[in-house]
Amino acid sequence: MGRYDGKKVIIIGDRDGIPGPAIEECLKSTEAEVVFSSTECFV
Amino acid sequence: MAFSVVKGAGYVLVHTPDMIIHNGTTQTSERIVNPESEYLKKLPEHLRSFEEVVSYPPNQTYIGNITPGDLSEYKMPWYDKKIDDAGRFGKFGEIMPQDEFIGLLKIVDVFDLVKLNNEITKVAKEKLENHPLITDEMVAKLKEGDEMEDINKAINELHAEPIYNNNKIVGCVKRAHEIDINLNAHTIFENLVVKASGVLAMLNLINKNDINPEDIGYVIECSEEACGDMNQRGGGNFAKSIAEVAGCVNATGSDTRGFCAAPTHALIEASALVQAGVYENVVIVAGGATAKLGMNGKDHVKKEMPVLEDVLGGFAVLVSKNDGVNPVLRTDLVGRHTVGTGSSPQAVITALITAPLDKGDLKITDIDKYSVEMQNPDITKPAGAGDVPTSNYKMIAALGVKRKELDRKELPNFVKEHGMPGWAPTQGHIPSGIPYAGFAREAMAKGEISRAMIVGKGSLFLGRMTNLFDGVSIVLEKNSGKVDEGKGVSEAEVKGLVAEAMKEFASHLLGN
Repeated sequence: MGRYDGKKVIIIGDRDGIPGPAIEECLKSTEAEVVFSSTECFV
Repeated sequence: MAFSVVKGAGYVLVHTPDMIIHNGTTQTSERIVNPESEYLKKLPEHLRSFEEVVSYPPNQTYIGNITPGDLSEYKMPWYDKKIDDAGRFGKFGEIMPQDEFIGLLKIVDVFDLVKLNNEITKVAKEKLENHPLITDEMVAKLKEGDEMEDINKAINELHAEPIYNNNKIVGCVKRAHEIDINLNAHTIFENLVVKASGVLAMLNLINKNDINPEDIGYVIECSEEACGDMNQRGGGNFAKSIAEVAGCVNATGSDTRGFCAAPTHALIEASALVQAGVYENVVIVAGGATAKLGMNGKDHVKKEMPVLEDVLGGFAVLVSKNDGVNPVLRTDLVGRHTVGTGSSPQAVITALITAPLDKGDLKITDIDKYSVEMQNPDITKPAGAGDVPTSNYKMIAALGVKRKELDRKELPNFVKEHGMPGWAPTQGHIPSGIPYAGFAREAMAKGEISRAMIVGKGSLFLGRMTNLFDGVSIVLEKNSGKVDEGKGVSEAEVKGLVAEAMKEFASHLLGN
């Protein structure tokens, strides 16, 4: 069983770091459920 | 192909301590949700004086009195360092104090929406009369001040937005319509601030670079506000309104928007317009945003620092036809983050950095300086947003390693040699790529560098129309000195040449 399997995930991405959709993409190979994903601008 | 050139740049800051408290959205939001907060109580103790703002090393860099290289010699944090004998006027522009700027708000207001009391009118008039770029005709627009009774009535009964100086109401901005939210006092205030700081940037560009404003044919304004009414919220046009005040009588213009990426979009548009021969001289210009003042103030106060987001930013850059001297804008080496690019850092850096380099058969190390998001890390690091320019340089270097153009061990050195410390205030579009245009022009003239890349990124998702963000880039290159008109030979010229040759041939036959 993977680390994220069965977990609900909240993603807050950073435009100048790793944006939300990129993190979501990484979680597709797991059984995690993305319940919220957004990208924020910190500048 | 006759590339266009960057012929000059102007950069301005405006110190607006009272606007942090009364107009910055971090503070206005806090006042709504938590009016008795400790932050709001402590904030006034953390505001800097004008002298402190002027001597702050990143601000002296912004107006061109020290270079980014000089700034990197200062150990961080920078807020406790100062430049001795720092002046408010610089090689590229100036730092204006709040009282003068309040006067400038009134000067640029053509609808009689700004009311100032006698006291601030007198102060602004005296100071602006001595300002080298503000003409007597402009000062005359200050007229006589208004009575406080009228100003208070406009604020208390007619929804006017107060203007503060030294924590006292000194005037107001009236609403321009009774029910139109796009013309309410708040929006008009923000828009007049953009216009006034844009005008100041334009005046400095013209003055510092010996430009005749009548030679400017087109202006592109690229800030992040929108002016219009209830029937056309972003109808525009800041560009022409700024051109009008700055005396660019032969110019028209338009506004380009793209969040923080807009200045680089505007630069590419300007270079294309000039290169295509549509206009000979195009200015890109932007004023500053009151909303972003004190954006990270809570963290600054928590860390017992001064609130460093206390200035509005503005800039103006002139793009002209190739003069054989100034750096050329390589419109054949443009990068863009497209709808299909994707959002992984590798995809973003490939689209913005290496894709344009590949078009020119260049390596990552062939660009001497990358001007990315040049946010001042003194502001962002204490707020947990990290050192944005350095993060960008590390990502560029990492792609260089992946492309085998750079050894992994050279990564820290790449950041130092091809990068720069951030020096621009966090005013959104202001730090985005464009702050280096002035320095790049100088460094290329001195032969210190040959190529720079201007990169702008924008957070489109903030507008809630798309989840995408955006970015564009363009390479700036030292002028080779050869001016290719790029005209080729026209059909008429070919016909003329053929006719000439046949005439000569016929005369030979007749002669024989």
